[in-house]
Amino acid sequence: MKEFIKVKDLYFKYEEEDGQESDFALRGIDLTINKGEFVAVVGHNGSGKSTLAKHFNAIYLPTTGDVTVDGMNTKDDDRVFDIRKKVGLVLQNPDNQIVAGVVEEDVAFGCENLGVPPAEIRHRVDEALKAVDMYEYRQHSPDKLSGGQKQRVAIAGIIAMEPECIVLDEPTAMLDPRGRDEVMETITKLNRENGITIILITHYMEEAVLADRVVMVDQGRIFLDGTPREVFSRVELLKQHRLDVPQATELNYKLRGCGFDVPDSVLSEEECIEAIMKLIKG
Amino acid sequence: MSVIKVKNISLTYGKGTSFCKTALDDVSFEIEQGEFLGIIGHTGSGKSTLVQLLNGLLRPDKGRILLNGRDIWEKPKQIRQVRFKVGMVFQYPEYQLFEETVRKDIAYGPKNMDLPPEEIEKKVEDAARFTGLRPELLDKSPFDLSGGEKRRAAIAGVIAMDPDVLILDEPAAGLDPLGRDALLSEIKNYHDTRRNTVLLVSHSMEDIARISDRILVMNKGKNVMLDSAKAVFSRGRELESMGLRVPQITRIMMLLREKGIPVDTGALTVEQGFSEVLGCLSQKHSAPVRP
Repeated sequence: MKEFIKVKDLYFKYEEEDGQESDFALRGIDLTINKGEFVAVVGHNGSGKSTLAKHFNAIYLPTTGDVTVDGMNTKDDDRVFDIRKKVGLVLQNPDNQIVAGVVEEDVAFGCENLGVPPAEIRHRVDEALKAVDMYEYRQHSPDKLSGGQKQRVAIAGIIAMEPECIVLDEPTAMLDPRGRDEVMETITKLNRENGITIILITHYMEEAVLADRVVMVDQGRIFLDGTPREVFSRVELLKQHRLDVPQATELNYKLRGCGFDVPDSVLSEEECIEAIMKLIKG
Repeated sequence: MSVIKVKNISLTYGKGTSFCKTALDDVSFEIEQGEFLGIIGHTGSGKSTLVQLLNGLLRPDKGRILLNGRDIWEKPKQIRQVRFKVGMVFQYPEYQLFEETVRKDIAYGPKNMDLPPEEIEKKVEDAARFTGLRPELLDKSPFDLSGGEKRRAAIAGVIAMDPDVLILDEPAAGLDPLGRDALLSEIKNYHDTRRNTVLLVSHSMEDIARISDRILVMNKGKNVMLDSAKAVFSRGRELESMGLRVPQITRIMMLLREKGIPVDTGALTVEQGFSEVLGCLSQKHSAPVRP
């Protein structure tokens, strides 16, 4: 697989307004994300996960260390716009990202700024709205949409710029369960069908399970990196870092702890039920 | 005794326009004094409309709302008094902070109630304590606080009015699991100490299940259930058909039961689910129940 984003020995600290320096928010991050991967970055508020996310498209620059995107260093001033064309960012609050009074105009905003020709914009906006299943709302006013719909419009605005990678910083934190499902389905589809690299920052373990790979962050460091199955088999380690596991995983873990013959780790309700049925029938 | 009695209320937005939408349709229920009531329902189910009616921000088209036995719209000019008695914490209340210091911001409500200064001061400090705000934060600008602290300062501003009924609309939205647990246990502690009535609107079934005495379920403008957490969540399939989601562990119990395993579908925590499964394993030769 082709390397896409490479983070090398990244340290970062925020500069305070009165010139005082704060502690390092990131302390020695090494991470390589390949093209087409779906990576979830999980951690508490203050763990550094959002700070890390903002390094992927040069919103923050490393205090020391390097971040490269498709070979371009984010410190290279001349490449910042090329980097942002490749890596789109979706934020937590959809209301803060919507700029226009009509859905399709909002989706076109990014393209217009890139100087895409009008006919091409028309085409891209239509395709982007279809990709997030919001095409029928193209003439609507965004303020009449639900949270999940608004967030999908925000994602369409990014897709229309045709990035190779989308970073989503807790895109579902403000949504209800249905809105959360809609956004997660959209993200998964963009990754599987359109081959867009996805980096999902989240604190919902149920969402992390859907990724190819989960990176766990605490106190500015990566303490665990692997497939969901590998990561969620380390229940004790996660608890030490005060992180939850999905309830299905925890139930299985408890049964295993009592000496029952269940798998090392289960990720879904279905797997958990299968394991319990085997115990009961077997 | 019931503190709030809702009698056949209906409300339609945008009457006579093409955006006409019935938000509440003939809703009736009672809330007991001292109760902790959870309110769930998907987006658009009418729960936000309902809580805004309860403190007189909206007026129903039909029906009555009784607060301590009196119709809140009996004297429309005095509706302001109702808003002191029924305190409302909106979603993302931190966006409403505006004063120079946290202390002044929390004091804003009590000041509007024309309380004497020493009483205001006491209410501010009590409210700060309930929400876990450290005393040294009180003289800072609210805009210098962290997200979680801002949220707490905003909630303290409503608690400081010492309302009979406290309504919180998604107070933990956007917080991480640790922050959520801390804030909810502060609210719970406030409820246990003051013994007043608390209404909590949330999308998180896990939180609602853990903290509420009873749960009100809203669907398409109607109140469809009002019962204990255990009773409500044991009707998992119905909740799912309303676009709600039960805790994962409850779902696992539900699916096991559909496969004929005699577990209690009212299990709400991993511990409860675990002991249900253990129970079945220890008597696995007994006859399976019908799902």
